[in-house]
Amino acid sequence: MGERGDGRAPIELRHIHKSFGGVRVLEDVSLRLSSGEVLGLLGDNGAGKSTLIKIITGVHRPDGGTILFDGKEVRGLNVDKARALGVEAVYQERALAEQLSLWRNIFMGRPITRPLGFLDVREMRRITSELMGESMGFTSAALTPETRVTGLSGGERQGLAIVRALHFEADIIILDEPTMGLSLKETDKLVHFVKGIRTAGKSSIFIDHNIFHVYSVADRIVVLDRGRIAGDFPTTRYSLEELTEIMREVAATGSFKPERHRATEAASEADGAEGAS
Amino acid sequence: MSSTMEDVEPAVAPRRRRTLRSFGTTWASQIGITVAFVLLWLVFIVKAPNTFLDTRIYVSFAQTTPYFALIALTLTMVIVSGDIDLSFPSIMALGMVGFIAVERTTGNVELAVLAAIGVGALAGLLNGFFVTVMGIPALVVTIGTQFLFHGLTLVLVNGRSFALVEARDSTAYGLLVGRFVGIPMQFVWLVLAAIGTWLLLYRHRVGLNAHVIGDNPQAAQLMGIPIRRTRTLLFVLTGMAAAFAGVMNSLQVSNFYPAVGSGYLLPALASVFVGGTSVFGGRGTVWGTFIGAFMIGAIRAGIVAMRIADFYVDLIYGAIVLIAISIHAVLQRRFER
Repeated sequence: MGERGDGRAPIELRHIHKSFGGVRVLEDVSLRLSSGEVLGLLGDNGAGKSTLIKIITGVHRPDGGTILFDGKEVRGLNVDKARALGVEAVYQERALAEQLSLWRNIFMGRPITRPLGFLDVREMRRITSELMGESMGFTSAALTPETRVTGLSGGERQGLAIVRALHFEADIIILDEPTMGLSLKETDKLVHFVKGIRTAGKSSIFIDHNIFHVYSVADRIVVLDRGRIAGDFPTTRYSLEELTEIMREVAATGSFKPERHRATEAASEADGAEGAS
Repeated sequence: MSSTMEDVEPAVAPRRRRTLRSFGTTWASQIGITVAFVLLWLVFIVKAPNTFLDTRIYVSFAQTTPYFALIALTLTMVIVSGDIDLSFPSIMALGMVGFIAVERTTGNVELAVLAAIGVGALAGLLNGFFVTVMGIPALVVTIGTQFLFHGLTLVLVNGRSFALVEARDSTAYGLLVGRFVGIPMQFVWLVLAAIGTWLLLYRHRVGLNAHVIGDNPQAAQLMGIPIRRTRTLLFVLTGMAAAFAGVMNSLQVSNFYPAVGSGYLLPALASVFVGGTSVFGGRGTVWGTFIGAFMIGAIRAGIVAMRIADFYVDLIYGAIVLIAISIHAVLQRRFER
């Protein structure tokens, strides 16, 4: 499972730096996502996960470093460009407009329009209705494309956010803490769904701060700590117990060297070393 | 696309069309305000039949209400997007400065009208610049520009007023403040503007973007919505509507005076909120604003016609406004989870 894909890298980040108001959020972050791979991105709150994601989706511009899509450098990445390159992000509830109807939420930012920018409301309602039945599993008669998001449960909102990302035929799906606020049953559903992404040959980055959610679906787990990559661990080579132990160590020291861990079981010093690939 | 989320619940219940509940959800508060409007009107008719069964009062309403109702329409969109504009009374006058300048140099009234609207657009652009580029809250910016535009008007015309009697013979006069089969043109323009606003707000990408920005600015950013452009455009439209209203008002009385917009700030704002538009953004109603404007426009005349002593007017006015917005609060909470 660790050696999935055909060697292409739909996304590669090289030496990304980002600061906000003098605070370094990301420092020399390099990351490569192979096609057909599910990459788990783990890190504590404030590790820089969200910023990294927003750089990939074009919401933020990096201060330094390069972004490559399919091996080609892309400059001036913004949300529209990232979408055109096949990146879709599921930001859970944070990217839903509560007072708006389901169809307006699905099509926000890129409505189907007629000439002069007028909305093709009928078409968007129809597609929403289809998606609700097929993909979201919304079977309640009380829910229509006109229902406002306010009336939805946490799981239903998550489903809406995911279906929105999927509908636009993304090649790279980024899930930002998708399990937050979900019931156990809903989490199972989500895990099943992420496995479906891989089966469909698409890549995905699954961000969480809980290793138990990520481990079962990810091919590889990258640990981010205080803005740096603290390690890169294929799930085929590391057991959940080992990774849990490693996470603890990273949290304490800020870095980790897998080989040394294997050899000596000794704790490493915080020298910002990179993990094995 | 794949259908991986459907596996847990297999049964697909037949989806009924619109349930009563969803109908109530969408329309409760607008039906509420419409009923309140009809009731208020019935009270006026019963208590002051001589006035309210005469067409003259309706002609008067149709001439005077559009001045602030027009602005209330674009203001509705501004408020939906989470902003506010308090500078429009000053833009009504500033636009007229452009009108006077062009009319006095070219003698062309139609061109002068366009100049006024152009000045209004520029004033709105300036509001938009301070709000979106400088990042200052709209409330603060437009308090500032309200004084700025008013001051600019006074300086440019040396505080004078101008007679516009000669403009009465122009085509523009007939188009703006004449009659169309007996209906004052101000009202015709208002209806057209209401239809245009409705289309823009509910059937156009600008309206969709405005709703998202007002509801959840973070979502708007994450979904790549052109936030600055949309907000600025709505300020520009409000500036244009204000200038247009200023021209209509000045042509109607054949006179321009620098204080032409004063007294319209609160009626326009009250129309929007009485109509049921949320002060928090993300939700607005064009129908509500339209109805709200005529409620606001009729209250004072109605109270006077009912022969209630003058010093009760503000008290009753305030009470009606509070009752109307309470209707929205209650209905929206009850029907809209």
